[in-house]
Amino acid sequence: MSVQRDDILTRGVPLPVPTPDTAPFYEAAHRGELRLQRCAGCGRFRHYPRPTCPACLSRDHTWERASGRGTVWTWTIVRGPTLPAFESRVPYNVVDVLLEEGVHFVSEVLDCAPEDLRAGMPVEAVFVPASAELTLVKFRRRPA
Amino acid sequence: MPVSQSIRDRAAIVGIGQTPFARSLGRSEYDMALEAILAACADAGIAPSEIDGTVRYDMETTDEEQLLAALGNPELRWFASSAWGGGGSASVIVLAATAIAAGMARTVLVWRSRARGKHSVYGQGAHQGGRYWERLGTALPGPNQWHVPHGLVSAFQEMAMIAMRHRIEYGTTEDQYAEVAVAFRAHAARNPNAVMRTPITIAAHHASRMISDPLRLLDCCIETDGAVALVLTSAERARDLRQRPAYVLAGAMAGGGHHIRLSTFYERARRDDGAPRAGRRLWEMAGVRPGDIDVALFYDFFTPLVIMALEDYGFARAGEGGPFVENGGLAWPDGRLVCNPNGGQLSEAFIHGFNNTAEAVRQIRGTSTAQVVDCELAFVAGGNTDPTGAVLLRR
Repeated sequence: MSVQRDDILTRGVPLPVPTPDTAPFYEAAHRGELRLQRCAGCGRFRHYPRPTCPACLSRDHTWERASGRGTVWTWTIVRGPTLPAFESRVPYNVVDVLLEEGVHFVSEVLDCAPEDLRAGMPVEAVFVPASAELTLVKFRRRPA
Repeated sequence: MPVSQSIRDRAAIVGIGQTPFARSLGRSEYDMALEAILAACADAGIAPSEIDGTVRYDMETTDEEQLLAALGNPELRWFASSAWGGGGSASVIVLAATAIAAGMARTVLVWRSRARGKHSVYGQGAHQGGRYWERLGTALPGPNQWHVPHGLVSAFQEMAMIAMRHRIEYGTTEDQYAEVAVAFRAHAARNPNAVMRTPITIAAHHASRMISDPLRLLDCCIETDGAVALVLTSAERARDLRQRPAYVLAGAMAGGGHHIRLSTFYERARRDDGAPRAGRRLWEMAGVRPGDIDVALFYDFFTPLVIMALEDYGFARAGEGGPFVENGGLAWPDGRLVCNPNGGQLSEAFIHGFNNTAEAVRQIRGTSTAQVVDCELAFVAGGNTDPTGAVLLRR
């Protein structure tokens, strides 16, 4: 689902510049889908996007829709200093989510107070426009 | 010759030099580099014109051309740089020893000059300072696009997430973090070159402000200006020089995960990451074990990373680094393993690990302000959550 967040639309947040290697990810996110590279040789998912599979070295892959579900592997609460673009949001969390597909994904759990963050917390992807062209994949809590 | 013996005992560190360390010196990195380099040459009794090889950090702004132009154009025949910033802080010594062992150079200069703290911002020039992360642009074409847009902008935040995972797995405590900070500060109190010399307590550590959970201010390296330079030459020539040589008994480098990209950092098991692999090869080359080490210089960018490095390099088993540091475990003179007796990067200065390498040389010479008695073996490691390296120096 897509969530409008004025704080994330704030000007000055550094944003990705898609390349031929990463454009399918961002195009999917902009449509509200989390798609990950999946090796056509051995079937493994990988993230961040790469030209080859780190397990079997195959160069063939598909962009497969992921469940969007995962659990918090590790996290921090940024209290500053940080970049000016993020200062209005301090304290904010950053999480490493272990997705059901077995890959790690760095993002943020929205609407989660610092004291509520836990390792192993179940989360699901939400899609947050950060500009007219670009959507970021964030997370929110989900029932276990 | 087996690979494991290829650089063993072939080179020695024979000169060390440094600038004063301070929160801000108001000087260019170029100028500081030259002061440290000339001091290192004088310490060794080697003329700059004898330098025929150089190794620098990849992030060093004073490159070979600028160096030659300022040192009277010595005839360089070998030059290289170590990758991965602080991860390469011991690798520079491995590269220098490798060049000497291979006969590609005889007298190798290694240096690091930094004015990269929050107090160092005084211009936009190449040799002028400031926090690297405050200069991030708003367009991210590279791999940092996978975390910076979420507000993970700097090393201390990335390390916080790695430290948090260690806590989740092993229950590492704030008291254990504090033990590292307190011990290193006590070392710095004895060191007139250290920037932070006022002793601290565990309670003062716990009272310092949270920067990025679980890291408090006193868990973080300090931000300083300064430069350090070392001169290496062959083991044969070292015997005839002015100072007691610090022989490079062993050295190893290992590619591995990088703290900046957690999405790939956690793809491999920790025991297969760079630091544990560098450690295994280091002990094999040296023919000694962690228990034989007299003093250790860990890359102390953050207190929990010292605890993890103890585990990575085999001084403690996985999960036992926290208990290892308790009750003054790292403190001079009676700790289980005296670590960073200069005060380290937590309290002496943050010169990308190179001030710690200089301290290892002083320990071998017997000239430290927190000298380990009869110090024969010193261990030095680069940043343990990057592609990294480590060296062993012996008397």
